[in-house]
Amino acid sequence: MSSVASTPSAIRALPWQLWIAQTIAILRMEIRKTLWMRRGIWIYLVAFAPVVLIGIHAIDSPLGRHCNLQQDTEILAGIFQVFYLRFGIFFGCLGMFAWLLRGEIVEKTLHYYFLSPVRREVLVAGKFLAGVIASGLIFGLSVFLAFTLMYGHFGPAGRAYVFSGPGLGQLAAYLAVTALACLGYGSMFLALSLVFKNPILPGIFVLLWEMFHAVLPPLLQKLTIAFYLKQLCPVSVPAQGVMALFTVVAEPVSAYIAVPGLLCLCAAILAFAFWRIRTFEISYLAD
Amino acid sequence: MNKASDRIVFDDVSKFYGEVLGVNRVNLSLPPGVTSLVGPNGSGKTTLMNLMTGLVRPTQGSISVLGLTPDEPEEFFRLVGYCTQFDSFPKGVTGYQFIKQYLRLRGLTDQDAHRLTVEAIDRVSMGEAAHRKVAAYSKGMRQRIRLAQAIAHHPTVLVLDEPLNGLDPMARAESIALFEALGKEGMHVVISSHVLHEVDKISDQVVLMSYGYVVAEGQIQGVRSEVTEHPMQILVRCDAPNLLASRLFAQDHVVEAKLNRDGLGVLVRTLDANQFYMLLNKIISEEEINLQAVSPADDDVNSVYQYLVGGGGGGTV
Repeated sequence: MSSVASTPSAIRALPWQLWIAQTIAILRMEIRKTLWMRRGIWIYLVAFAPVVLIGIHAIDSPLGRHCNLQQDTEILAGIFQVFYLRFGIFFGCLGMFAWLLRGEIVEKTLHYYFLSPVRREVLVAGKFLAGVIASGLIFGLSVFLAFTLMYGHFGPAGRAYVFSGPGLGQLAAYLAVTALACLGYGSMFLALSLVFKNPILPGIFVLLWEMFHAVLPPLLQKLTIAFYLKQLCPVSVPAQGVMALFTVVAEPVSAYIAVPGLLCLCAAILAFAFWRIRTFEISYLAD
Repeated sequence: MNKASDRIVFDDVSKFYGEVLGVNRVNLSLPPGVTSLVGPNGSGKTTLMNLMTGLVRPTQGSISVLGLTPDEPEEFFRLVGYCTQFDSFPKGVTGYQFIKQYLRLRGLTDQDAHRLTVEAIDRVSMGEAAHRKVAAYSKGMRQRIRLAQAIAHHPTVLVLDEPLNGLDPMARAESIALFEALGKEGMHVVISSHVLHEVDKISDQVVLMSYGYVVAEGQIQGVRSEVTEHPMQILVRCDAPNLLASRLFAQDHVVEAKLNRDGLGVLVRTLDANQFYMLLNKIISEEEINLQAVSPADDDVNSVYQYLVGGGGGGTV
């Protein structure tokens, strides 16, 4: 009984202020590094490719091609679900989050962190947050620009759709799903980078797992990030073609379950990463 | 502070990398002062240092540094600074940024981090190059800036893995003087170096290693006196070396008495140093010999290491 009563005071006694200061110091170092890393140029190219395509579409349509607001809304939903979620954010997070710790090992600088008075869990949390902020900024900006260009070229009809119709809510949902995708895939790739020297192969496995999540049994679907993200997308894109034949329809869940479900999955993956980093050894030669 | 909490203690520590032995059954208790880890490449010096600082974990046994373990990093790394052998830096940083950014991880304010950074940079004489990119530094400068990073937070235990590598003679002399000063301030300074004659001068104690085993430890003179199978060499400088040599040679424990080339000294090899010193006192008072100096000729780290392990030479192992 006394141990139960003393648990909150024990939690309060932890050096939270120091941990917060250390996390901020890690964020200052890592956000700059992650946003401006030369080897990450391809992430920008992948992230902003749909913006360029939608931009061309926006320039092209006043020159004579007839556009339909309903059709373009579905196209944007398709681009978001197929390109952003399955490809862009997935690979962007693979490149960014897998490099957060693996990059320090390749560049032989992880020991500077390990020799600082920073709890390794705080280090992982700080790096993870830096990755979420960096990837959220890049892909969030990309989604925002894609949305703006897609509805901007409709003129007053587009403005009415955004500000008087469902458009603004859809934009907020797209941005929220982007942030959740960065959280989900980020945690997964960060954890994988602590297990595998080369996270590309497990990354391909995760890609297939996520890509074909719709054909998995309902229980296994709940162990995929795509399952929760799909539930939160504002405009649904039905499975078509061969995929539709194999699709097992899982019980749809509301946002009130999907968001905490995804966050729980992230927390479980991060808990694994915390456990893994505690026993991590520096052996650069072996890596 | 009890005795254990001012020492670095290895309790039956072994480390295996898969099937490869790192160190085996190490038992050490290092007091404050300068301790040199001596041994050839692959003898386990770096493994011992990495174990001490938690970069690798022991397969067996336990380690404590001033009563703390790396599992409590907030406390542990306030006391410990480690300058590793890894000659690598975060990309694009200047020497100043490199030190300051890791000081900020300690929860220090910007002003405090700046003050400690400038102080550490001055201590290794890198003031002029501090705001240049580390990528443009020479090897010696990189070594010094890493040393500055290791001492910037005023640690009580400083672990230095081959800290003299890449330094020019002037920088070596400055670094050795710095290590000696830190040792005299009451710090634990643990140094590994293959340049034995340089660390020899400042070491309070040595740990001799070979193939992952500690073969001897303690004050070098004490270790030397325990190596009984090799007669001790003592150089006696005086004004009557011939007379002294003839008197000494009559004793059983003196196995060799060799006249120095300059004719002003005798190099004696004896199986019992204590008896030799007593005898020497007797002879110089009886024969009225003018004694100038008496000094052991082979109680340096290099000689002791060669007696115990063999190989090496030329001042390095």
